[in-house]
Amino acid sequence: MRVGVVQFPGSCDERDAAYALQVVGAEPVLLWHGAADLAGVEAVVLPGGFSYGDYLRTGALARFAPVMGALAAFAQRGGPVLGICNGFQILCEAGLLPGALTRNAGLRFVARPQPVRVAARSTWTAGLEPGDVLTIPVKHGEGRYVHDDPGQLAAGGQVLLRYCEPDGTVTRAANPNGSVAAIAGVTNPAGNVAGLMPHPEHAVDALLGSTDGRRLLGAVLSSVAAGRGGPVAAHL
Amino acid sequence: MPRVSIDVMLRDEILDPQGQAVERALPSLGFTGVAGVRIGKHIELTLAGDGTDVRATVEAMAATLLANPVIERFDWRVED
Repeated sequence: MRVGVVQFPGSCDERDAAYALQVVGAEPVLLWHGAADLAGVEAVVLPGGFSYGDYLRTGALARFAPVMGALAAFAQRGGPVLGICNGFQILCEAGLLPGALTRNAGLRFVARPQPVRVAARSTWTAGLEPGDVLTIPVKHGEGRYVHDDPGQLAAGGQVLLRYCEPDGTVTRAANPNGSVAAIAGVTNPAGNVAGLMPHPEHAVDALLGSTDGRRLLGAVLSSVAAGRGGPVAAHL
Repeated sequence: MPRVSIDVMLRDEILDPQGQAVERALPSLGFTGVAGVRIGKHIELTLAGDGTDVRATVEAMAATLLANPVIERFDWRVED
């Protein structure tokens, strides 16, 4: 399956994302931010980094990149889109995901392996069960997720991951950035667009500490494969 | 060529850790009696043209790009 990875000026994780997609059996296709179309890919990843220098607000300028028009239309049709870190910030700025990401409550850039617990069944967590704990690195300065009504998001199955302790308990100490309701990742109401602060693409080799990222990145491949010929199943 | 000032602030209910850090630093420099600090952005821009539709132009720019209405509010004024 061909999966696009969009490269903005200032992206820095696109090669890791492409490598990780290869590890889980996909064929990565680098897409330029100035492109008018998505080259026929079946899913799209917006990688981490500092698109357009993150000037004004993180993701605020990338939202207006030419490729974003094609991406919004693809998302509208039910195409699977995953934003990681800066990609998550861009999807929120573009209004494709609810809420916003703001400066970490502790003001520090946080980089550490982070246990997260799966909070919903979705296209993005196929093969995982709510309550499963994955260890995936975080590395961000502006990852504090803000939303007016996190309870409503959770009720709608839109909360994908929460920061937790290694045993799965959600505690204040385990929350690296002060995100509301410990939210580490969300989806749109239809479930085909997702955003995460943790970096699954940095967790695909045992040598680097964790292979849990394969389970997340692999999930969308099996979902898309299962949904071929029809729309991608929203919440499985 | 009207010159416009736009102030963008985090909405009151959104935590401002930058403001809190400054608020905590002030007493250690001897500035006691500060009850709250909020930090925002000040943007100045000059509009080409004679200044018709300034309101519509500025509010559209602020709502689309300069501020994110999910977390921020904005005020603006014409300077001259």
